[in-house]
Amino acid sequence: MDFTFSEDQIAFRDTMHSFFAKELPVETIRKLWENEAADASSIRADLAGKIAEQGLFALSVPEDFGGLGLSDVDWVLMTQELGYYGVTDDVVDTAYIAVGILAGLPDDQPVKAEWLGRIAEGGVRVAVGHPANRLIAHADRADLLLLWHNDEVHAVPAASVQVSVNSSVDLGRRLCRVNWTPSPATRIADAALGKSLWADALNRGALAAAGQMLGLAQRMVDISIAYTAERKQFGKPIGSFQAVKHHLANVAVKSEFSRPVLERAAYALAEGQSQAGEFVSHAKLACGEAAWLASRSGIQVHGAMGYTWEVDLQIFMKRAWALDAAWGDRAVHKNRIADGYLRADALLGAGNTFN
Amino acid sequence: MDLKYTPEQIAFRQEVRTWMQANVPKVPLQDFDTEEGFMQHRAWEKKLNEGGWGMVTWPRELGGRSCNLIEWLIFEEEYWRAGAPLRVNQNGIFLLGPTLMEYGTDEQKKRFLPRMASCEDMWAQAWSEPGAGSDMAAIRTKAVRDGDHYVINGQKTWSTRARWADWGFGLFRTDPESERHHGLSYILVPLDLPGITIRPIRQLNGLAGFAEIFFDDVKVPVENLLGKEGGGWGVAMATAGFERGLMLRSPARYQETARRLVSLYLANREEADRDASIRDAVIKAWMDAEAYTLSTYRTASKLVQGGKIGPESSTNKIFWSELDIHMHETAMRILGPRAELLPEGPDADGVGNWLDGFLFSLAGPIYAGSNEIQRNIIAERMLGMPR
Ligand SMILES: Cc1cc2nc3c(=O)[nH]c(=O)nc-3n(C[C@H](O)[C@H](O)[C@H](O)COP(=O)(O)OP(=O)(O)OC[C@H]3O[C@@H](n4cnc5c(N)ncnc54)[C@H](O)[C@@H]3O)c2cc1C
Repeated sequence: MDFTFSEDQIAFRDTMHSFFAKELPVETIRKLWENEAADASSIRADLAGKIAEQGLFALSVPEDFGGLGLSDVDWVLMTQELGYYGVTDDVVDTAYIAVGILAGLPDDQPVKAEWLGRIAEGGVRVAVGHPANRLIAHADRADLLLLWHNDEVHAVPAASVQVSVNSSVDLGRRLCRVNWTPSPATRIADAALGKSLWADALNRGALAAAGQMLGLAQRMVDISIAYTAERKQFGKPIGSFQAVKHHLANVAVKSEFSRPVLERAAYALAEGQSQAGEFVSHAKLACGEAAWLASRSGIQVHGAMGYTWEVDLQIFMKRAWALDAAWGDRAVHKNRIADGYLRADALLGAGNTFN
Repeated sequence: MDLKYTPEQIAFRQEVRTWMQANVPKVPLQDFDTEEGFMQHRAWEKKLNEGGWGMVTWPRELGGRSCNLIEWLIFEEEYWRAGAPLRVNQNGIFLLGPTLMEYGTDEQKKRFLPRMASCEDMWAQAWSEPGAGSDMAAIRTKAVRDGDHYVINGQKTWSTRARWADWGFGLFRTDPESERHHGLSYILVPLDLPGITIRPIRQLNGLAGFAEIFFDDVKVPVENLLGKEGGGWGVAMATAGFERGLMLRSPARYQETARRLVSLYLANREEADRDASIRDAVIKAWMDAEAYTLSTYRTASKLVQGGKIGPESSTNKIFWSELDIHMHETAMRILGPRAELLPEGPDADGVGNWLDGFLFSLAGPIYAGSNEIQRNIIAERMLGMPR
């Protein structure tokens, strides 16, 4: 029984933390958010190249296909960093979720080797059209789309689809409706295999959203701590007032008790445990609550500043709201837990947590 | 990360389970806040200790099993799963015991620990005073040195089961000129000394679960000082550390409550589902009991590998106490109009002991450092917010 990460895992996490701190400051996110930024696409390309140099796109690509062959447990540290720095969905959708689907294909499926290799190198984006999401994130900028059709998986090149884009409250998120026509040529997995690939993809998507929300909660708390230490009223920093402290302490409590839930879900998924789905749902709900409370408390302790475009809090707050209902909303995840645990034959009570 | 038990851990679990199955009383004991119940619980602790299960985390040479925290968690899971009685000896073995091991002289360890383990001495905590609750540094009860004795005058209050305990431990002001947390000393006091009057206080459920202790020129030998004279605050903080950290409330307790809550919900599902928010509340109970367990295993893993417990442990107290209230409130809502019935009534079929548990859950955010105080600690020490 060992509920800790290895030194290597922690070191990689720390490296990515410093990397994003340097390469993706909030000013850059703001530039990408504002449409007028003429250099937006070169900023994006530059950042994508640097992320690839860090090896993030190769993280869970199997070693035989040119990757590092790491697992959901490694990803659970990464997604928190992606959340903390507000990294857009295309990165995690490509590097984690699409890779998960592709890696589950039989080796003789040519799409597998080709695209896993290209992803590991870092030059491409893959969008994932899971039926749990109404719209497909970043489909307009994808090179390849993995799409659902009656449980089959189809791999469709960007040139064969028509895309219309919706903006989200999180301006870094592009939600697309995709028109396309399935054909035997695009099908890469039949419904039998596809069903399990889509089920795994839902778990990975939900787990990734959960990890990002926990990272976002941490970011919002950090922003709020910094602001409340600076801002003075009644001759003192507002952070010294107990009501302000308790707002942020409550977020800290929620976050502290979401983290082990998130980590356990990643472990269960990596190990293929039968309750992995319920555990992922638990993580999604717990981290979502933490992020939701962080945004609510964060805006409150900022006063009117919290209600402005200028304060960075908004960027992270909006992303948290968006992710809370992505990859299954709360109803979906609560129902999974109810189906698994509100029943007479469920393994409940002391001693059953790790069985 | 490897969330599986080792074969040794599985064997250990089996050993605990076998012993509990053979020894846990079949008929529940009476409430340990009654004299009869206290005696029954004391007898049970004796038996537990004779079986070698009294203080599993204590070192072997003191009669324990030198269990690490993961093994302790396994032990607790089996203890609660077996429906074993509440630990009437917890002040001694979980709070004072570890403090004595750290700060006591060899003579004190020899004198107190074995009797504590065998339940010959039962211990009460004597910190709170009428003017010193959350603000423990406001303690005024004096212990004035007179030769080889301290002479104690003043009053302690809210002392749980002090009425039946043999000894009390707490902080006393040994330097009458001192202020706040200076000049306090940690002293162990036999509760049958001349000059001590103990007056029971009835709690919310009507039982006299705690008591006031009045000291009128009570003479305590200086050998009963734990740590240095005037250094009591530091020693007391160590006791508070054990309590607030991990050992006070093991997750097994809440997992068993969550399990019972799910059964209660299933047994009354049709009625309960008339209020759609009840199902949500039951789901939350499962989630939070699980989260508390996972968090405790995570912390235990870190400590077993030589890590230190940090200020984030102040989040524990808030989490378990709010979870306990949530679960009991939910049970009350499921029981609906039956929830108010005391269990012995002719129509109180199936209400169980939820009401009693509900009442006790309300004390959780108050004792062992109120949740407001914990939030202050989290904000200042964990988040680094200004004082
Ligand atoms: C069931 C039970 C068993 C107990 N057993 C023992 C025992 O065995 N021995 C013992 O010594 N004591 C015991 N206590 C007492 C317990 O330690 C105190 O109740 C606790 O320290 C709070 O002190 P108080 O009751 O005086 O409340 P107060 O300190 O008066 O607090 C009242 C309210 O004010 C809030 N408050 C106080 N100060 C602050 C602050 N700085 N910031 C924000 N809010 C604040 C508190 O959070 C609380 O909500 C027990 C209490 C209970 C309920």
